[in-house]
Amino acid sequence: MQRLSSNTAFVAGILLLAGILAAALFADALAPHDPLLANPSVRHLRPFTPGHLLGTDELGRDIASRLLFGARLALLVAVVPTLIALAVGGLIGLAVGYAGGAWDSVVMRVFDVMFAFPGILLALGIGAALGPGLGSMIIAMVVVTIPAFGRVVRGSVLAAKEEQYVEAARALGYSHWRVAMVHILPNVLGPIVVYATLQTGRNVILAASLSFLGLGPQPPTPDWGQMLSTGRTALAIAAHVATIPGLAIMLLAIGFNLLGDGARDLLDPRMKRDQP
Amino acid sequence: MMSFVVRRLFQTVPVILGVTLVTFLLTQILPGDLADVLLGPAATEESRQQLRAALGLDRSLLVQYATYMSHLLSGDLGQSLVFAQPVATVLASRLANTALLAVSAIILASAVGIAIGTFVALKPDSFRDYGLTTAVLFLNSMPPFWLGLILILVFGLELRWLPVSGMDSAVGGGGLGDLAAHMVLPTLTLAAWSLAVIARMTRSALLDVINSDFVRTARSRGLSEARVILRHTLPNAMPPVITVIGLQAGFLLSGAVLTETVFSWPGIGLAMYQGISARDIPFIQGGILLLALMFVLVNFLVDALYAYVNPKIELQ
Repeated sequence: MQRLSSNTAFVAGILLLAGILAAALFADALAPHDPLLANPSVRHLRPFTPGHLLGTDELGRDIASRLLFGARLALLVAVVPTLIALAVGGLIGLAVGYAGGAWDSVVMRVFDVMFAFPGILLALGIGAALGPGLGSMIIAMVVVTIPAFGRVVRGSVLAAKEEQYVEAARALGYSHWRVAMVHILPNVLGPIVVYATLQTGRNVILAASLSFLGLGPQPPTPDWGQMLSTGRTALAIAAHVATIPGLAIMLLAIGFNLLGDGARDLLDPRMKRDQP
Repeated sequence: MMSFVVRRLFQTVPVILGVTLVTFLLTQILPGDLADVLLGPAATEESRQQLRAALGLDRSLLVQYATYMSHLLSGDLGQSLVFAQPVATVLASRLANTALLAVSAIILASAVGIAIGTFVALKPDSFRDYGLTTAVLFLNSMPPFWLGLILILVFGLELRWLPVSGMDSAVGGGGLGDLAAHMVLPTLTLAAWSLAVIARMTRSALLDVINSDFVRTARSRGLSEARVILRHTLPNAMPPVITVIGLQAGFLLSGAVLTETVFSWPGIGLAMYQGISARDIPFIQGGILLLALMFVLVNFLVDALYAYVNPKIELQ
């Protein structure tokens, strides 16, 4: 606990994320206006206009309300793809790392091919092929992040496999499944949790990027990346429409990155900070 | 070194094949099939069937992939819907613009990144060190297109110092100076994140070698500090930095999609963005293939360079 409280980055990350989570959970109560309600008579109002703290967008919708409701989607598209990719990639990594042999080589070669695509490029292709929308965006994000999770878990499992406690468990006659799930998995969780947290931060940016390119949730859904993208057209007359959602995206990503950096210092002090 | 490069070349071939397989498979996950996408919803069932037969969509997956590969090898990437031209023609006409942006960004990021990293490593745990850590955190958490918008806002719309869109001015444009002015903001946007990563890697690589015996020897010979750092320490810290630069070069290629969109830079990325809304699948497919192949090629070249600066790799 001493280490926890002395880790300011970790605490700052938690506070930031707690704030955004609260905004998302209580958006109904907090939002001063209906996030979808257009009002052409109050288009492009400046921030700090009475009644519209953060101003209004090109359709006269209240930006603060759209941000609050958008927080739900922003958290969803950051966390859900991480959890799915962690589960799928983690199980693959655990299985092939533990089993080794031909399966291990085949899966690693497949991952090599997927690493040959810069992440957003493959996600863009999958998103465009499936057609724009929340579902295809999440599928695209999951597919492009599975290999990294698989590799991280496999690497940890390979190292853990040589430990004596694994040998001991095998000597006691436990099944492979039991050794993998009960003995190895808990011992490799640290680096995986750290990696997953940092990936959630990257997912915030990836989701916003896909959304910006028009592959995310479609209008009028309040989505930060899409708000930024549409606000861009009025940059010269009402810059706040685009800059405010960008700031929100950045705060959310900073939250996860601080949390991940802090978790790394806590759980895995040996991991080098500068590994890409 | 040669044997390593040859071995690495042989490893690259299956990856390239895999990349073509993945881009081919993109058409297999379409709702409906390629004929539906190409003809749009208004087409009759009869014309769909005709196109399906013409494209070979009624054949087995293996035959379709073989057809795709044989077209690919003859430089045929299909017809773009948006540009009403062969995909390969559009890509070829825009490749230079994307490469210009990516190459200037990686040069900027490497030069400034290594300089900043060295500057910081000279005084670890100082004010400048925390400054770099903070800058990395912010750049890491910033959507790249948002940074572009802020730069447009400040240097284009407020200060009116720099143009914010396209490659040349409509009036009196076209000269080299005009092109350079148009390149400043997109290059900065594209380079920012890589610059921070390279600076950070340079810092830690330098700190890893700065206490080595050969550095102490150089100091004890009474060489100036600048000479100790620039001639004796920095070259020995370069291998991991080169690896990171290579990885970043790949991200710059994909980052081009976002940066080109923000600055209307007429490269492959902007064209792909235009293709998304029109569901121009053949073009997106071709663009992804080209950028991924360039990424593989860059990584191969970086590994070869790595073997050149670090002959020890031969032993591994």
